[in-house]
Amino acid sequence: MTGLRSIETGHSSPVFGKLSWDAIPFSEPLPLVAGGLVGAGLVALLAWVWRRGYMPYLWKEWITSVDHKKIGIMYCTLAAVMLLRGFSDALLMRSQQAIAYNSPGYLPPDHYDQIFSAHGTIMIFFVAMPFMIGLMNFVLPLQLGIRDVAFPTLNSVSLWLTAVGALLVNMSLVIGEFARTGWVVYPPLSELRFSPGVGVDYYLWAIQISGVGTLLSGVNLVTTILKMRAPGMGYSRMPMFCWTSLATNLLIVAAFPILTATLAMLTLDRYLGFHFFTNEAGGNQMMFVNLIWAWGHPEVYILILPAFGIFSEVVSTFSGKPLFGYRSMILATMVICLLSFMVWLHHFFTMGAGADVNGFFGITTMIIAVPTGVKVFNWLFTMYGGRIRFTTPMLWSVGFMVTFVIGGMTGVLLAVPPADFVLHNSVFLVAHFHNVIIGGVLFGAFAGTTYWWPKAFGFTLDETWGKRAFWFWITGFYVAFMPLYVLGLMGMTRRLQHYDVPGWQPWLITAGVGALLILCGIACQIRMIWVSVRDRHRLADLSGDPWDGRTLEWITSSPPPPFNFATLPRVEGEEAYWDVKSRARDRRQLSDLPDYDRFEMPRNSPTGFVTAFFATGMGFALVWHIWWLVIAGFLGAWATFVVFAWRDEPDYEVTAEEAEAIDRDRRAAKAKLLDIPAERPA
Amino acid sequence: MSAATDAPSAPTRGDRPEGRHGDPNRLGHGTVPISEQGPAPKRIVVAYGFWIFLLSDFVMFSGFFAAYAVLVGATAGGPTGADVFELPLVAAETVLLLLSSFACGLAGVATVQRSTRWFQVAMAATAVLGAGFLACELYEFTHLIGEGAGPGRSAFLSAFFALVGCHGVHVTIGLIWLTTMMAQVRAKGFRDDILRRIACFSLFWHALDIIWVALFTVVYLMGAGGA
Repeated sequence: MTGLRSIETGHSSPVFGKLSWDAIPFSEPLPLVAGGLVGAGLVALLAWVWRRGYMPYLWKEWITSVDHKKIGIMYCTLAAVMLLRGFSDALLMRSQQAIAYNSPGYLPPDHYDQIFSAHGTIMIFFVAMPFMIGLMNFVLPLQLGIRDVAFPTLNSVSLWLTAVGALLVNMSLVIGEFARTGWVVYPPLSELRFSPGVGVDYYLWAIQISGVGTLLSGVNLVTTILKMRAPGMGYSRMPMFCWTSLATNLLIVAAFPILTATLAMLTLDRYLGFHFFTNEAGGNQMMFVNLIWAWGHPEVYILILPAFGIFSEVVSTFSGKPLFGYRSMILATMVICLLSFMVWLHHFFTMGAGADVNGFFGITTMIIAVPTGVKVFNWLFTMYGGRIRFTTPMLWSVGFMVTFVIGGMTGVLLAVPPADFVLHNSVFLVAHFHNVIIGGVLFGAFAGTTYWWPKAFGFTLDETWGKRAFWFWITGFYVAFMPLYVLGLMGMTRRLQHYDVPGWQPWLITAGVGALLILCGIACQIRMIWVSVRDRHRLADLSGDPWDGRTLEWITSSPPPPFNFATLPRVEGEEAYWDVKSRARDRRQLSDLPDYDRFEMPRNSPTGFVTAFFATGMGFALVWHIWWLVIAGFLGAWATFVVFAWRDEPDYEVTAEEAEAIDRDRRAAKAKLLDIPAERPA
Repeated sequence: MSAATDAPSAPTRGDRPEGRHGDPNRLGHGTVPISEQGPAPKRIVVAYGFWIFLLSDFVMFSGFFAAYAVLVGATAGGPTGADVFELPLVAAETVLLLLSSFACGLAGVATVQRSTRWFQVAMAATAVLGAGFLACELYEFTHLIGEGAGPGRSAFLSAFFALVGCHGVHVTIGLIWLTTMMAQVRAKGFRDDILRRIACFSLFWHALDIIWVALFTVVYLMGAGGA
């Protein structure tokens, strides 16, 4: 990128730091046009929102909301939007490789390297993470039978800090450049000497800022699960999704600080001339690789465990049976949680740590397949003998089971150190982790979204388009990634901008076709949402329990009131709502009217959004060495917290009468659902 | 979230008026197991959440400790720990930090007594002692850099400056928090939410001691001894 020459020579002004007109890549039309289109789209959207007078609604009901349900929905929206961005990167890569046999293709190496780095960074940090955190946010308090998470305002701060990270990554598209180092920025390539531009800095600050958000989310949700469950909900009565979320959030609390420390060290190397990972003065690159995977492997389970929880809920609900082996499932989850910290070295068997070390980590890696296998069998036995309804969420779950088992088996193959020496850094590995992340995490996110959508919005998603999306996605996945297994065995390494082996091209063209099929799947999903919103009256969920559910989120109405439950439910068994529902069916009457009482709910607060505003300024200023703006951003963020700490009325009151009035409608709907006489108004 | 504590159907917790001694939250009593008693009171939730955060902070420090342990021998021909560490200065730092924590404890006593004046006095003492600690550390850092033993000299010194500096940054943030708390108590008094924040601050300040004890041992004592 010629425009970056002045940045790389280190010229810097006190007002703008390293930022100058050279930062805009005028010589490269693709990012500029893409960035311009997205920018124009955003401006048009904002103008439309403004013209229609939706701005106050957006500010009061969403941006400043501390309601866990709305925060969860916003997390998932962020993830869905970033999925489009990350997927367009994927299309660019697949098309480049499809045509780049003995030819430079259409993407210069410099640009291609940014694309695969951005694709990985975006898909992990800004698609998979916010999707899972969003679903946990939305579902956990409802399943636990409580009114909000432990720290509602902090929750909003977490969301907006994550959004800042996503914003910074996207800004790098048009202002400067993104990292050309791959998504885990291995030194020494990521050191100043070999990556003098701002790309790695964008990566570092985007991940650090969103990482703070993720960590705070983890703290928040661990506290919520361990300290705030409805009366009667002991640990052995929590729904499986709550258990896997607990494991995930424990992993976040234990693993993300390692990432923070590791990236801080690289930052010190780049900004202040430290020598943690440099080639000179005793720096140790393999320490970076060890540290980043000490976070990175638990991260894999941070992503997949909530998905396991979603599949557990979906499979149980649509098989009409309690989850098979509930306690073994808990045990398997916690064993995975523990083992996930003992396998990190399998990411770099080729480091040369010796046969003993590699053998140890190879075996621990294979052992982790055991609890995972337990889970798969539990899902199968849950389905066995059940009355299975093949709705869209169930299709995603069955598709997951088949696909994930294949991905798991190639994982065990890679866990054998001698095999790994052959396959390391090949596209076989790329196929493996896409196999488990698409087939596991993404399918889980789609299953969860379809399953809980009616709870969030009060209407179900259109099944026809949902099923079409599923079939395109799963076919597209196999067509796109099975060729990569073959190519890996043929010796193709990852991240190639062009190649000269004629035998590879047919497979790469096939993979490109697979990516197009996935594109059709995404188009079906967009169509599905469009059709569902249009037909929302036909698809309305009036009972709050569209799937004949078993856990507490289905006891309240769809969408739930801001406080979720007028009175906290009292839990007496493993399937809290199913118990209540069965009793009502048997007795032909609803449970007794509870005593309604007043309670307080947290007020909305702009703290999260304002903090994010200053964090954006700070992150951008740190990337471009605009030091006055860094200080201003810090002071602004501090002042925001002080203002928040000074407020006198953090809560508003819900009276017993309001709670009762809302609950009366809910009880009437439940009576209608179960076809039993409604009670007379009390 | 106080909504939780006001939950109408939450059973027995808080039936008795809270005593100052013993088991004010009745955690060890009653026929209902703790895990089934419903949402915990807000005081517990906040302190618990902050503990979880502190644990994550410890994990972050352990990253820097691990890096230090790996790089301690990577001196690149530059000075070793035995060459640059001055134990008398570090001893003075340790005394200042521990006294500062003692003063922080006194602020806790003043909080229990609801004495605004003694709270302010004790917190001011905490701040002054903490600032004294930071001054020593800054002196050490500038002195080392002046001698050509800055973080750019070797990987060992990089790891040293990062580990000790990370602790120093925590103390600095603690000082900002501390002064903000003093202003807040002055403006708002001992409100419930402020009491919870004082408890969290106190946890934070003592946690920095724990880190320092590890740091003092691993970096300075073992380093100066040439081990």
